[in-house]
This record gives sequence, C-alpha cells and structure tokens, in this order.
Amino acid sequence: MKISYFPGCTLKTMAKNFEDSALASLSSLDIEMKEFKRWNCCGTVYSLTSDDLIHQVAPIRNLIRVKEEKDTRVVTLCSMCYNTLKRANKLVKEDSEKLDKLNNLMDREDVKYNGEVEVLHLLEILKNEVGFSQIAKKIKIPLKGLKVAPYYGCLLLRPPEVGIDDPERPTILKDFLGSVGAEAIDYPYETECCASYHTVVNVDLVVERAYDILNSAINRGAEAIVLSCPLCDFNLDNRQKEIKEKFSDFKGIPIFYFTQLLALSLGLDEKVCRFELNFVDPRPLLRSKHLIGEV
Amino acid sequence: MRTEISIKNTKSKFLDKVEELSGENIYACYQCGKCSAGCPSISEMDISPNEIIRLVQLGEEKEVLNSKAIWICASCFTCVTRCPKGVDLAKIMESLRQITLRKNVDYVNPLSISKEVLSQVPQIALVSSLRKFSS
Repeated sequence: MKISYFPGCTLKTMAKNFEDSALASLSSLDIEMKEFKRWNCCGTVYSLTSDDLIHQVAPIRNLIRVKEEKDTRVVTLCSMCYNTLKRANKLVKEDSEKLDKLNNLMDREDVKYNGEVEVLHLLEILKNEVGFSQIAKKIKIPLKGLKVAPYYGCLLLRPPEVGIDDPERPTILKDFLGSVGAEAIDYPYETECCASYHTVVNVDLVVERAYDILNSAINRGAEAIVLSCPLCDFNLDNRQKEIKEKFSDFKGIPIFYFTQLLALSLGLDEKVCRFELNFVDPRPLLRSKHLIGEV
Repeated sequence: MRTEISIKNTKSKFLDKVEELSGENIYACYQCGKCSAGCPSISEMDISPNEIIRLVQLGEEKEVLNSKAIWICASCFTCVTRCPKGVDLAKIMESLRQITLRKNVDYVNPLSISKEVLSQVPQIALVSSLRKFSS
C-alpha cells in the first residue's frame, strides 16, 4: 500500500522519534508513506468562528497539494494536524459557498479543491486496513509484561464528528497495545485535556493537569504512557521536570509514541525508535523487561 | 458574584455578534451545567462555563469579555461532546476571545515570550498559543 503522508512541523523537529519510528514500522508492514511536496503548517488549531475563512487556507492548501499528486487519501500522525485537516475538509465538503470563497481566495493555485481528499490518522490505517490481528501475527518481540496506559487527549476523539473512536469509551489504543503484546491499563484520565498550548505562557496549569493524569495512571499500575500527539507528549514528558519541582512525591513515568512501541515489537533496530529524544528515558524500563539489550 | 441584570442588555448587539461569530443558538442552553461538570479547566476559571453562556444570554458583555475563563478554555471539546442540547460552547468561547482580539488587543503579546521558552516548546504549541491569544 502506498499513501500520501502529511508530517506537519513538529514531526520534523522535536518529534523525530515519532516520525522515524513510524516510517520504519510502516515500511516493514509494506506501507509506503509518500511525503507530498510543498506541504505547509496546517494551522494547528481549527478555526472556530464562522466567518474566519482565511485560517482554512493553510489546511486546504495541503489537500490541494495531495490532489495535485493525484492522490485521494492523506495520512497524518500528529493528532492536532489530523483534527485541523479533517475539520477543514469537512467544512468545505458541507458548505459549497465557503468552498467557492476559499477557492477564490487561493486564486494563484492551479488546481481547485472540491473536497476530493480523505484525511486519515495512522491509527485508523493500522486498525482498519492492516488490522490489529495482522499486526499481532507480525510481532517478533511481544511487549509481554509491559503495563501501558493509553492517553488519547482531545483531538483524536473530539469533536465526535471527526473523532477516530468513541469519544467517551475509546478502545483503539488499548486494542493496539493488545496487538503488540502489551498490557493496557484503565484509568479515568485517558481522554482528559493536557492543557495543550497553555504550556507556552501558563506552565503551572500544565503541570497541575499533567500531574493528575500521570499520577492516576501510575496509581493504577502503569509503567508507561502511550500517545499520538507531540504537544501532549511535550506536556506529559518534558514537563515532568517541572512536575517534580512542584510535587515531591511524583515518581516519573516514561512516555512513548505508539509508533515506538510498534517498531520495537516488530523487532526493528532500536535506533529507529530514537529513544534518546524521549525526555524521560524509557530504556531502563525496557531493559528491565528484557525488551531491549543491555548497554 | 453580583451581576445587575437589565432587559436592555438582552437586546444588545453583543448577543447578535456572539451568535453570528459562533453560528450557535445561545438560547438553546437550558443551564443543566453538564459543560461545567466535565470541564477539566474549571478550577482555574473565575466564571464557570455554564455561567458564561448565561451571562451571554443576559447580554453581560463586560463581565464576560473581562473574564479569565474565556482564555483558560483550551478548546478540548469535552463540553461540546456532552451537551444534551448540542450547543458548541467551544465556538462560543472562541467568539468571545475573537471579539477582543479583533480589536487588535493581544491577550499574550508574542514579543513577551522569552527566547528560552521559544527554544524549548514545540512549534505546534507556539503556533496554537499565538492563534488563540494574539490578534
């Protein structure tokens, strides 16, 4: 299978561990991710005011690039990119007047957009097209004994019309964990917001929220968290430094991108996981479970 | 909290503007409080989400626009998912922020963000923060 791929900004910088582990895993599952040319920032947040069309240009322009390369589907890994592209696409598919206005705004584009491209998240491809049962068959190193709490955050699930799973009772990450042989931990905070962009000017708010989320998972027996959003990752992983400064009882917990666990379980070279880019080093945990070799 | 209610305010342009910007029917809300019950940020807010929408219904422009709550809301869409009346409160909150931002008033001045923070946070954090907080 070959599919058009939108990386987004953060996967090319801070979240290289997300991108590299994904590309290596998919290649071993015979999926070719074709990064389309001249992609631009999606805008990160979907514009919520009815008259604000100018902020729909960035996501729709990406979909025009996909269309130009004669593709009808595009896959993203970042939850924020997914949500923004998916919602902008839905808007223009349902509102022909806005679509016309947008096409007029982008008068220097050679190709007009008419809602032809389908936006997908990688987890949807793994679940619906590869199949978790097929993944389970290809696993070389089952992540046996690894207790992982799924963290969905907001934008994979909400609002429900673009979510990839039930917004209140999602199972897609739990099912994924099952396919790679890990044990999924239930806890009440799996869909709670991490405070998102407040991390720029209101670190305290993020610290409080992340502490609640992580501690809830730890208290339920989780040894690690798995997620799919580079901003959630920053808040739950990097901000553990600030959490420890504020809460002396906080023990810390490694955070994985789901693709890192996929790559590891497929038996790929540990290097593609780029664990050195994780803020909390997950390698001592993986060594203790004999999932990676000794140093 | 003490709020003076006047019938005049309920016919204000402010209400029309919020309805136009959000595309939502403000009066669909029947104050069940489900949005506030599930809001992960409510402990940080000075006015709870269901109170915000009630104050908008009453045309209390100043009180709503000067609140901290509208800036604390990070559009997590939990209330949107759960509202039994289908009111998209995230769109209403964004409209309230936009009324201020469109007067060229920043909630966060981009120049006030330190170089240290700029070098630390991922791009998606920075872009989304400035989209929500700067004009």
